[in-house]
Amino acid sequence: MNPSAESSQPAITYLNHETTVKSWLLTHDHKRIGVMFLVGVILSLLLGGVFAMALRLELLTPGPTIMSPLTYNRMFTLHGVTMVWLFMIPAIPSAFGNFVVPIMLGAKDVAFPRLNLASFYIYLTGSLLTVSGMLWSGADTGWTFYTPYSTVSPTALTPVLLGVFIIGFSTIITGVNFITTTHTLRAPGMHWTRIPLFVWTIYGTSVIQVVATPVLGMVLLLVFIERVVGAGIFDPSRGGDPVLFQHMFWFYSHPAVYIMVLPAMGVISEVVCAFSRKNIFGYKMIAASTFGIAFVGFFSWGHHMFVSGQSTFTSGIFGVLSMLVAIFTAIKIFNWVATLYGGSIDLRVPLLYVLGFIFLLMFGGMTGVAVATTSLDVHWHDTYFVVAHFHYIMVGAVLMAFLAALHYWWPKMSGRLYPERWSFLAAVTIIFGFIVTFLPQFLLGNMGMPRRYYEYPQEMQWLHVASTAGASLLAFGFVLIAIYLLWSLRYGPVSPPNPWGSRGYEWFSGSPPAPHNFTQAPRFEREVHDYTVPEAPRVY
Amino acid sequence: MSTESSPWEDHFSGPENQSHAAQLGMWIFLGSEVLLFTNLFVGYAVYRYYYPDVFAEASKHLKTDQAMVQTLLLVTSSLFVALAVHFIRRGRQFLTAAVLGAAIVLGVAFLAIKGWEYYEHYKEGLLPGEFFHNEELTKQGANLFFTLYFLLTGLHAIHMMVALGLLTWLVWGAMAGTYTAEYHIPVEVGGLYWHLVDVFWLFIFPLLYLVE
Repeated sequence: MNPSAESSQPAITYLNHETTVKSWLLTHDHKRIGVMFLVGVILSLLLGGVFAMALRLELLTPGPTIMSPLTYNRMFTLHGVTMVWLFMIPAIPSAFGNFVVPIMLGAKDVAFPRLNLASFYIYLTGSLLTVSGMLWSGADTGWTFYTPYSTVSPTALTPVLLGVFIIGFSTIITGVNFITTTHTLRAPGMHWTRIPLFVWTIYGTSVIQVVATPVLGMVLLLVFIERVVGAGIFDPSRGGDPVLFQHMFWFYSHPAVYIMVLPAMGVISEVVCAFSRKNIFGYKMIAASTFGIAFVGFFSWGHHMFVSGQSTFTSGIFGVLSMLVAIFTAIKIFNWVATLYGGSIDLRVPLLYVLGFIFLLMFGGMTGVAVATTSLDVHWHDTYFVVAHFHYIMVGAVLMAFLAALHYWWPKMSGRLYPERWSFLAAVTIIFGFIVTFLPQFLLGNMGMPRRYYEYPQEMQWLHVASTAGASLLAFGFVLIAIYLLWSLRYGPVSPPNPWGSRGYEWFSGSPPAPHNFTQAPRFEREVHDYTVPEAPRVY
Repeated sequence: MSTESSPWEDHFSGPENQSHAAQLGMWIFLGSEVLLFTNLFVGYAVYRYYYPDVFAEASKHLKTDQAMVQTLLLVTSSLFVALAVHFIRRGRQFLTAAVLGAAIVLGVAFLAIKGWEYYEHYKEGLLPGEFFHNEELTKQGANLFFTLYFLLTGLHAIHMMVALGLLTWLVWGAMAGTYTAEYHIPVEVGGLYWHLVDVFWLFIFPLLYLVE
């Protein structure tokens, strides 16, 4: 089967075969569930973005600007909680993973469609609970919920903890579903060595989700119980050990970084092939490095605790293990660059985000090695340097990949094209705005600006002003994207089945796909992204 | 999509494929469950290391004899669940329902003994967290032992209740004739879950009751 021959667009698609509200809310269709997740995570991104802008505005001047110190504490907590648990964890796996993974495998649906729908509603319940806690009286512990403060904080931390706990179940169910789907629902011809790299990364992510999330669930439940019945597990006055919380928390929350970033890397592997008209360079190494990251990620949580009284020896081990992540990441980066090299490059918006991703991931990764070095980290710990480092990974990498995926699969999901020039402008604004926002934060951190501080000395102001200016650019870029994507839903030109001429397997179905993905049973006879066939499009 | 009359879902390539998927999904979920308990086991290990003598002392206040009986009840119930899988593979619906019913009775008996044990602890003031008050155990650490005790056995009891609900649903399905020699995936995966809950107890029991 090849996409150009199969390009006839089915008249009945997953969007128009049933259109009632009920048919959406009770659907078992992985594509519709993916779309519902996408709406949920985009709303969360909006919410988290509003909190972020409030933070940046407050930090415009050294003293109080627009809010009280207590409100400021709540704002950074809400920003972190929303972005990490409501947006980034489900963003790529639950939204895009749900939509494209079964199609890439040639399946009609995921293995457990009802559980998949349940996963969405569990996510919704957890999110609403978390948001209601925010509206009630907020939370002021930071997204890490460190004990012992989190056990006594007077804010509405309890519903927030419970909400995040519930979202964890959604993550676990989605993980179980993807692993099972990958094992059991591959179409004929879909050998393990032909599985698209996006599916490999979703598979690796699912393994982390299934293994790590219950640990987070339990530790949040312990803090919850601590608040309700005074359990004493993390309370030194009752003989408990607050540092144990940090171990248990980071055992999940460090691998959680890879729950966010591995699917992002999968998106990059797909997009880079589609727009350089070449199959991926080093398929096996990229797939293997995915599991390398997933594995090492479980043994590097201690690098968050270099100043928590950990022994120097332990810190050294954790530091070295953390640096291994950089090697696996570098394998991927070299392979993406090698894929671009000699390709027939079509510089469209998704590829622009990919280039942004590669550039920013380099910064994030290199500074990651720096902060994994114990001696340096003692200086940078809990400063803006660390804040800038993880924003380079989480925003610079994950958000870039999310936007790349959003644009690359937009015609697949909606059947419409977005305006090319406006999206180009938005992409440039976002990449540039990002650099302006977070590059000054490295400098601020190195000057000694601690994270989560409400005030700062006068001489740091120019860097904070630069950072706020960059954040405004970012916000402008996002508003632009929101406007043209909503516009394109109604007025955008109707997309051909394969607008990019991509030979990724998911483009073998229509755009938007038929209700059961394929109008005839798929067979995969060629490698994914094989552009050697004569009908494959080229750009000169 | 699946129709009301047939339990086979058409996004699978066939019965074997569907059965494989269900079993694999359940095994992965069981792995995830193990990690849920792991945190508490780690907590137990850490605090046992901090307060070795107090933990040994506190452990003597638990009712080891009753826990012995509980263990026997659970292991026997697992045997019945295994028999249920055996019978349904041969299409014996009534026998399946009967042995599952026996397993449910044993499970309820387990919970009843647990509840009685909790009541005894309540009378002695052996309660979690800030509610702990006992004249004999005054040293720091004893409250942590009982916090962990209630967390481990309580979480296990919650799992028991979920699993009992599952078994009841299976009995109902077996009586209604939903499960046959060809289609019995729910019995297989439900059984797996029951065994896991059983295995948790086999770790909790020695750690809390037997270790000196």
